Amino acid sequence: MTEILSTISILIIPALISIILVFGMIKKVDCYASFTDGAKEGFNVAVRIIPYLVAIMTAVAMLRASGAIEWLAGLLQTPLEALKIPADSLILMVTRSLSGSATLGIFSDIVNTNGVESYAAKLSAVIVGSSETTFYVLAVYFGAIGIKKMRHAVLTGILADLIGIIAAVCICKMIFL
Amino acid sequence: MNYIWIFLILISFVFGLINSTMQEVVGALLTSMKQAVTIAFSLIGIMAFWLGIMNIAKNSGLIETLAKFISPIVRLIFKDLKKDDPAISAIALNFTANALGLANAATPFGIKAMEDMQKNNENKERATNGMCTFLAMNTAGFQLVPTSVLAILTASGAKNPTEIILPAIMVTSIAFISAIIISKIFERVFR
Repeated sequence: MTEILSTISILIIPALISIILVFGMIKKVDCYASFTDGAKEGFNVAVRIIPYLVAIMTAVAMLRASGAIEWLAGLLQTPLEALKIPADSLILMVTRSLSGSATLGIFSDIVNTNGVESYAAKLSAVIVGSSETTFYVLAVYFGAIGIKKMRHAVLTGILADLIGIIAAVCICKMIFL
Repeated sequence: MNYIWIFLILISFVFGLINSTMQEVVGALLTSMKQAVTIAFSLIGIMAFWLGIMNIAKNSGLIETLAKFISPIVRLIFKDLKKDDPAISAIALNFTANALGLANAATPFGIKAMEDMQKNNENKERATNGMCTFLAMNTAGFQLVPTSVLAILTASGAKNPTEIILPAIMVTSIAFISAIIISKIFERVFR
């Protein structure tokens, strides 16, 4: 099952590009001109999201440096003790929605300090592997088209992340403990 | 987002004072400004390539054909999209790329979907219901192959790194379905 999935994920890019090129050739489209024409937009999109990325990434970087996340994790640890959540994984949970690179860094740390076969490593792996960097996605997608009123998108993202974490804790407890 | 952003910044300064980590906080501010631009610029090549490929598919009519084929499924969730809306294809491609762990390809498709939805949006600064649902799908991060996690576990010598895939798929499915349901409920509340 897993091998099939990873093979698909390697083959999908060449397959997708081939299908699009062959279909374009059959329909007698000037593929090269179409490509360069469409690609021109790439620069504009990247530049358009810079303000949004700067806004969110500076705020998140400062929050991480201030030690507030560790404080929150420490605060939550006692009430959550019954759920057997390792302290390191708790920090990861709070960071997950905020910063993708920081999350991978913390995850590597957990694997190195607790050991790759530890419960902390497994729970963290499931959390990282089942979620996204919510705030980055919001900044990039809304930033690219200039949306300022995000309405319920932020709250939805945070709530879904919370549900994901609860599900991860329950499922990992059943499978790995 | 406004208040969350203000809160994030002010709370950082408060904790900087309490923990006397103010120097680190300011240091983080300076480096992350540059980092944001680096990330944006590293997206240029990825964006250019996939937008170029998407344009070939658009000019050959493939996008339209694909949209017709899958629109019954996509429009179950995105009710305000028209039958042949190009956003339908972009949404499907974004979902597929995400599910297979191809984050690089997913972002350009996702932005294309947002641009297509923006075309029919009356107030260009305010997100539509469809956009919010689409963002919910993306922030929930549905994926069948967690590529980066597997890479780290394998590199660290895990005996059976793939054992995390099944629980991860269960969790990601729960979060993904919840995200869509929550978004659907909230779109009636936050009008």
